[in-house]
Amino acid sequence: MAETSTTSTTARLWHPVARYGDMVRLWVRAELSYPASFAMLVVGSMLINALDFAGIAIMFSSIDSLGGFGLREIALLYGATGVGIGIADTLIGSVERIGEFIRTGRLDQMLTKPVPLLVQVCSDRFTLRRLGRITQASVVMAWALPIVDWTPSRVLVAVLMVLSSSALFFGLFVLFSCVQFWTSDASEFANAFTYGGNTLTQYPLTVFPRELAIALTVVLPIAFVNWYPCLYLLGRSDPFGFPEGLQFCSPLAAAVVVAAALLVWRTGVRRYTSTGS
Amino acid sequence: MLHVAVASRAFRRYSTYRAATVAGVFTNSVFGVIYSFAYLALWRANPDAGGYDAVDAVTFVWLGQALLMTVALWGGGATDDLAERIRTGDVAIDLYRPVDLVGWYLASDLGRAAYHFLIRGLAPTVVGLLLFDIALPDSPVAALGFVLSIPLAVVVSFAIRFLVASTAFWLLDASGPRILTGALAIFFSGMSLPLVLFPGWLGTLAEALPFSAMIQVPNDIWLGRHTGIDLVGALAFQAGWAVVLLLACRFVLALATRKLVVQGG
Repeated sequence: MAETSTTSTTARLWHPVARYGDMVRLWVRAELSYPASFAMLVVGSMLINALDFAGIAIMFSSIDSLGGFGLREIALLYGATGVGIGIADTLIGSVERIGEFIRTGRLDQMLTKPVPLLVQVCSDRFTLRRLGRITQASVVMAWALPIVDWTPSRVLVAVLMVLSSSALFFGLFVLFSCVQFWTSDASEFANAFTYGGNTLTQYPLTVFPRELAIALTVVLPIAFVNWYPCLYLLGRSDPFGFPEGLQFCSPLAAAVVVAAALLVWRTGVRRYTSTGS
Repeated sequence: MLHVAVASRAFRRYSTYRAATVAGVFTNSVFGVIYSFAYLALWRANPDAGGYDAVDAVTFVWLGQALLMTVALWGGGATDDLAERIRTGDVAIDLYRPVDLVGWYLASDLGRAAYHFLIRGLAPTVVGLLLFDIALPDSPVAALGFVLSIPLAVVVSFAIRFLVASTAFWLLDASGPRILTGALAIFFSGMSLPLVLFPGWLGTLAEALPFSAMIQVPNDIWLGRHTGIDLVGALAFQAGWAVVLLLACRFVLALATRKLVVQGG
């Protein structure tokens, strides 16, 4: 990449990514200097997630299908949303702590540095232990993959689903963390949408009322994280009778949410005035 | 009374973060709604799974959201202060104060729990009552039993968190054990799924572990699944674990203190 990028435009686009990489390397080196603690945190993170899916699997000792979906179909939904939030959380999870940066005055320091603010906030205290979630979700998803009757177009939709789901969660993390520009100690508010969105999409949308399904499609498009593309992968018609075309709209929904998030982020940063401390 | 003073200061400390409280209540409510619909679907597929009916199941969800912060299921509370003071070495100052360390932190944690029960507990329950069909306590005795079981649940949770924080005496950083224990607590307390749905030996194991004293037991008392002598037994189960774990805290602290002295504080 670097050897061909001589024009200033490419350099400008590449700059944030390169700085992000620099900071991530620093944090990873710091983290690995405590190997025992690191190992325990990775195991802990995997255990949390493994027990999370165990909860759903145990449900199936009392039932055969939940909302009309079997355990393996739910594993597909679970894996897709888990990988998505896992990637987003690994790359930019620190954005949740924006309120802390405001309170401690670190945001002021960051604003003086020649690296985009969002890059600095997102790479702060980058940690590899979040890989635990991605690994566990990938295993669950891999277990579900054989139930899909694979065709080239389904492979494409599956790849786009994982990318869009990561981008959607990226957008949700940034969008709802921005609330902290206004009330700096309300970090938990974002959890309702990020981790809440993750929990919600672990279940088939059919367990929720129709009104909620509509809201999750057109108001806050969380259903595009996995529900619509999974319907396509599983070859199922939409249980709510919504247009089949929605099954291909995940990238579009992701683009809209990311654009909205970046817009709100800019607004938040613009109206930010230092705490003065 | 010293311990009452400590507890009431802890209560006031937590009550200062208003926006955080509102955000937390909102988040608890969102999770309550998600789990309610998921459980309703489960009990539609099997109307008497685990011996609960659909109303019991939804009640269980909202009681769980109400107790989540009260019993600090994920960790947190006074024991986080302790872990930090062990890491920095400030705990040495705590140890030469003429006050019992376990009692001091327990009082502080009970104050925190009282705040979380009144605010983070009650508010989502009201939301749940407005949105779903929730069962009220089965009888006045069940209501009384529930009220008695909450402080016991907090003490059990405190003792586990105290032990986890104490690992910092040896590991310096207690965040690994904290996360591991949090994961076990979520799973084995009934928070991620009522323990009545756990099959066979897994169910037996889950009900015997102290984590069940934190969510499952209080919820079952509310739902009227423990009556008469069985209710006394349920409370005794919680109290038994509370005593055993508090003794373990004492023991670990004595070990740690000796180690601390050897190193010269």
